[in-house]
Amino acid sequence: MATAAEGKRLAVAKTYKIYIDGKFPRTESGRYFVLEDKKGAVIANICRGSRKDFRNAMVAARAAQGGWAKFSAYLRGQILYRIAEMLEGRREQFIAELVLQGVSARAAEKEVDTSIDRLIYFAGWADKYQQVFSSVNPVSSSHFNFSVLEPTGVVSMLAPETSGLLGLISNIAPTIVGGNTCVVLASESLPLCAISFAEVLHASDVPAGVVNILTGFRSELIEHFASHMDVNAVIFCDGDKETAKAVQEAASINIKHVIRRTDTDWSDQSAQHPYLVRDTQEVKTIWHPIGT
Amino acid sequence: MAIPDNKLAFNDGWQYSPAPESIDHIKVNKKYELFIGGDFVAPVEGKYFDTINPATEEKLSSVGLASTADVDKAVKAARKAFGPWSRLKAAERGKYIYRIARMLQERSREFAAIESLDGGKPIRESRDVDIPLAAAHFFYYAGWADKLEYAFPGRSVRPLGVAGQIIPWNFPMLMASWKIAPALACGNTVVLKPAETTPLTALKLAEVIADAGLPPGVVNIITGAGDTGAAMVNHPDVDKVAFTGSTDVGRIIQKSLAGTNKKYTLELGGKAANIIFADAAIDQAVEGIVNGIFFNQGHVCCAGSRLLVQESVADEVVQKLKDRMETLIVGDPLDKNTDIGAINSPEQLATIESYLAIGQDEGGEMFQSSCPVPDQGYWCRPTIFTGVSQSNRVVQDEIFGPVLAIQTFRTFDEAVSKANNTPYGLSGGIWTDKGAKIFKMTQSIRAGVIWANTFNKFDPTSPFGGYKESGVGREGGLHGLDAYLKLEAQ
Repeated sequence: MATAAEGKRLAVAKTYKIYIDGKFPRTESGRYFVLEDKKGAVIANICRGSRKDFRNAMVAARAAQGGWAKFSAYLRGQILYRIAEMLEGRREQFIAELVLQGVSARAAEKEVDTSIDRLIYFAGWADKYQQVFSSVNPVSSSHFNFSVLEPTGVVSMLAPETSGLLGLISNIAPTIVGGNTCVVLASESLPLCAISFAEVLHASDVPAGVVNILTGFRSELIEHFASHMDVNAVIFCDGDKETAKAVQEAASINIKHVIRRTDTDWSDQSAQHPYLVRDTQEVKTIWHPIGT
Repeated sequence: MAIPDNKLAFNDGWQYSPAPESIDHIKVNKKYELFIGGDFVAPVEGKYFDTINPATEEKLSSVGLASTADVDKAVKAARKAFGPWSRLKAAERGKYIYRIARMLQERSREFAAIESLDGGKPIRESRDVDIPLAAAHFFYYAGWADKLEYAFPGRSVRPLGVAGQIIPWNFPMLMASWKIAPALACGNTVVLKPAETTPLTALKLAEVIADAGLPPGVVNIITGAGDTGAAMVNHPDVDKVAFTGSTDVGRIIQKSLAGTNKKYTLELGGKAANIIFADAAIDQAVEGIVNGIFFNQGHVCCAGSRLLVQESVADEVVQKLKDRMETLIVGDPLDKNTDIGAINSPEQLATIESYLAIGQDEGGEMFQSSCPVPDQGYWCRPTIFTGVSQSNRVVQDEIFGPVLAIQTFRTFDEAVSKANNTPYGLSGGIWTDKGAKIFKMTQSIRAGVIWANTFNKFDPTSPFGGYKESGVGREGGLHGLDAYLKLEAQ
């Protein structure tokens, strides 16, 4: 950590905690791991989240889901836009945090700017994806029949390992804009921005429990993210084939949707599209007779 | 309240004369081989199994038992056919599928009779629902073949390759069409396995496909049981698995596909709530309950197998339901008057009967209609359980028979909470005269298909599939194309 040169003020170091149900607790386990910079100096003690943290976050995510899905599409769009506004306001902080974790200044600037723009992009989809993906179905019988999208529910998410902010946002934004709530495991090697992003969410009228962010060891928590019986879909970014297999096997216990996102360059324009929203949507079809 | 004493009494003084569908016009061979690479070929190991008529317990035919070696042959034939088929001009591909639709329409009477013989479902249903819908499905997806670029905005689409498709015994021909039609329209080739108790219409479909001149190997139809299906799922050269069946088997399939890049769709079990509000048109609702649970002997994944009825009308609804049940005719599937046919297999009958015992052991009150049933064959009278609670197994488990569990509710919220309180989420029904209540309820039920003031309606244009443990993916409509395409950035 930075020390104070003579006559200068000593900077206040931040305690990075996890984000569950709109609060910032430490991990219930009391465990931590040390995040170091390239020179081996301590950046921060990071919470090593536990299964119990995950389960607490799941309770919050489930409790928040129904209410969040009932927010109008317009309002969800405005809240996502608000997240972008808040992130823009703290642009320098996020750049500094990326640099602290070893990202070059130019790359950090680009990552933060793209992250803000990505939030704006998905904010705009809030009241549009439904029109693109729903349908009125011309059935042969005398019925009015239509299909709409609904959020699949609670999504557990293993965020990209190599893109600590942009990759995180690129997965959270399309998930929540569609009315889902989520429990996210941040990048293990780049965890700082995830927790600072939780502070941004906290200041953006995102209801408590809609996004929950944990830090910790992926190898330890992955099984729980994939097997928890109240998870409707698991988004699994990066990871090797063996791990993917383990996630998919564990997910089959209650027929979870498994969405594997691998080899994605999140900085590319092609990494933003409404099919990312659709991935965590269910199609519901409704029939009603036409008559008098 | 007083129940009016004007019961329907069709069995009182009046009797239906037998009205059997003639079967002298149908052709069922004594033996069927496997349809691989455009030909009917004997199974490698030379083994066969019988398919019987569940209404008479008589053998209808013996069919080839496909081993792992046969699965491999079929997948190889499909792989060989895939290149040319996927490169075929899309409009021409569509025209082949149109041909299948037309030939099915031409032979619909034969298909309906065989479907009822082999599966036990009433001829009225196979004639008016299964076979016409199957033909309509081919007709619908035929037209998509050359229009796929309009289905997914901003994406370009490619076929997946070889699709391994496993279908159940409750709607054999209809499920074959749900699987094959979109797969072919999207440019894939197919290995399809019908259920072991109902292989005949799929094998007749193989004849139609050969007659229609489809290139050899584009559709391969092999028969067998669970081992054959497992060999298909695990075959390394299958690109896509489509399964309709129980949630337990779905779980096994999803697990065995872990670590592969195979795409999959799973249409699994259900335990749908049919919710009757006090302000519903009660007589129509009773018809809806009957259709919801007794259609196809209740062998329907989306069956309305739970009735939730608002307390103030519960006595009236249950009494009217019992009266209506007394008019249902259980018997010869080939008789046009039959409402409820034969239970598909002795195994399924044993499952249903075990649940009848469980329901009573758990304290439920069982009522069965008093109709006669034939001596030979597998039968279950229409059955309801009252006095059951949410944790009872007849409320939670998919029974897959003509057995309805009835619960009551007082408030809207109670109905929602009970309806959603199962691991399933395939379908649901709502009966009320209030439009706003319909929309609130359709939004609140966590299920893929909601019927409001109707039940058990199907159409090729209408997406079908479940939430939660009822499955992954949709079949039917534009949304059903997704299961058979790779979507890529343009």
